[in-house]
Amino acid sequence: MTAERAGPLLRALRRPAVLPKLDLKQWETLIREARRSNLLSRVAFDVDALRLSAQVPQQPRAHLEAARVQALAQAAAVRREIAFIDQALRPLGVPVVLLKGAAYLISGLSAARGRLFSDVDILVARAVLADVESALMRNGWASFKTTPYDQRYYRKWMHELPPLRHHTRQTVLDVHHAILPTTARLKPDSAKLLAASRSIPGEPRLRVLAPVDMVLHSATHLFCNEDVGNSLRDLVDLDGLLREFAARDGSFAQLTARAHELDLARPLYYALRYAVRILGTPVPAAVLRNVERAGPPSWLSGLMDALFMHTLDPAHEQESHGLATLARGSLYVRAHWLRMPPLLLARHLITKGLRREQAVG
Amino acid sequence: MIVRDCAPEALRQRLADGGVRIRTGPVVNSIRSRSQKVMDGLALHYAEYPVEDEAGFADFHIAVAPPRSPRRWLRPQIVFQFDGAVPFFPLPADQAFAMLEWGLNWCVSFHCHQYLIVHAAGVEKAGRALLLPGAPGSGKSTLCAGLASRGWRLLSDELTLLDFAVGRVVPLPRPVSLKNASIEVIRSFDRDATLSPPVHDTAKGSVAHMRAPRESVRRASEQARPRWIVVPKYAAGVQTRLEPLSKARAFMHLADHAFNYDVHGRRGFELLADVVTGCECFEFEYSALDEAVAVFEALAAKA
Repeated sequence: MTAERAGPLLRALRRPAVLPKLDLKQWETLIREARRSNLLSRVAFDVDALRLSAQVPQQPRAHLEAARVQALAQAAAVRREIAFIDQALRPLGVPVVLLKGAAYLISGLSAARGRLFSDVDILVARAVLADVESALMRNGWASFKTTPYDQRYYRKWMHELPPLRHHTRQTVLDVHHAILPTTARLKPDSAKLLAASRSIPGEPRLRVLAPVDMVLHSATHLFCNEDVGNSLRDLVDLDGLLREFAARDGSFAQLTARAHELDLARPLYYALRYAVRILGTPVPAAVLRNVERAGPPSWLSGLMDALFMHTLDPAHEQESHGLATLARGSLYVRAHWLRMPPLLLARHLITKGLRREQAVG
Repeated sequence: MIVRDCAPEALRQRLADGGVRIRTGPVVNSIRSRSQKVMDGLALHYAEYPVEDEAGFADFHIAVAPPRSPRRWLRPQIVFQFDGAVPFFPLPADQAFAMLEWGLNWCVSFHCHQYLIVHAAGVEKAGRALLLPGAPGSGKSTLCAGLASRGWRLLSDELTLLDFAVGRVVPLPRPVSLKNASIEVIRSFDRDATLSPPVHDTAKGSVAHMRAPRESVRRASEQARPRWIVVPKYAAGVQTRLEPLSKARAFMHLADHAFNYDVHGRRGFELLADVVTGCECFEFEYSALDEAVAVFEALAAKA
């Protein structure tokens, strides 16, 4: 995708300095694209960081202001939630690793800037999963996926407990024991992730993944997840992590070695490829060549490019409904394909499909 | 240009294609629909509202359209679409206009965090605003409709937007949503009120909308300073009763009924504190609308 063809949101994410040059119509498009991608508050933070606010026309500025206060409120709420989780799990004395947005926030990473949150994710060892669940339940969290199918789906095949919701605060917590489903073809070893996890300054108990693992988890999440609607937000996370990783003397050689060690070379290949192409993330050419060996065969590569480029540019959703829907649908099935063996996948999609009919009918 | 200036065919065409851009208070809504109910509702309720140019900025892009499901052939339904997303469940097609109204409220209450948004009706007289915060069923919309038809300027029947910079109400005059018995109450209270035909069996029972007075729509850019906070309570057969309410309780009531109090933190607390400080606060019980309206006429005359 060339820079000229990209929508205003992608151009602004690549180079926030272009923001003052947008006309009112382009701002209208940007706000729609950014809202749909859950990135409006991120744009607001970029505008603030570059002190461009005075150059933004009044109408879009109001939306940026609204998005900014919402993101600040969410960040404060997530910090409180992290403290509650810590309090609930403290008596167990087991390592609790914060994942994704919560981890970026508590580590003060730039990826947390203006980021919206839908839940908090933690990783614990599978051996202590039952204890963690009981401790959380004693403190007011409960599963809200209550059908027997959902319970079995999560507990037998997934890498996490059924999502838990706190009964008074209504916040959602995902408790993971791995970063990919039990049924997935790729099998990153959770023990290695936990062993390499780091403590957080000022937080005696909570931990976050090591920098390389944080990048790899973000890559895995982006390219094996069926939540295609948040894909661009996930790519922006990854871009932020990679830039900061490089700036803090992270070694790309170490990143690729760790990817092979954890069976995550293919997701890293996709992650770097699309971060570079779509957001212009600076990645050394030698590293790109190195991970290319882990890429798909060339016939598949062309197809994947078409699918990802289509879903990752929100401009496409606005113009062509048919193609974008097809691309999203294909990636949804692909994400499941990566997560489950074929027979199980067929069963799961049929069960979900039947249930959707019942819900509508 | 206002909606009334568009020929019906031109309006229908723009609704079906690119969208009609209607300004309601501080926001511009680009509305698309092929539903006759939406077309009729807009022609009836929005005739006096400004239509904005395509080349300008629209805050919200919405559509009221049939869902993509085979069901549309069995029992027609409609959905509210916001930038392609569908935030609510489908409704029967005859509720299309009511759904548009609820959707327009949703757009503001979910996105306009540049304001503190209170679930309250608001009317104004001589630059002073009367705020009626209350849950559905408290009688705030009925009272608001009654006051609006006796010369008070309608600010909003549902969403009171408070501006942080000046602590004033930013008007969002839109059709007043009347439910069940209120529909008849308003019809007999004001023979000249323009009401849409009631839609029955909605989630809120029977619903009809009363057209916002023309003057309120014209003056939608004039902010108003809050002067009275009145917590209304409708109960059949009770005597009309206006009692002072402590500022602390009034504050708590406003905070409870603010949609985004949690988003604003300290700033929201300070704004509400300022608003409550500058207001006389009351609790109000009523059953007869004409007596109720007289109480507020007297209050406004005294101040």
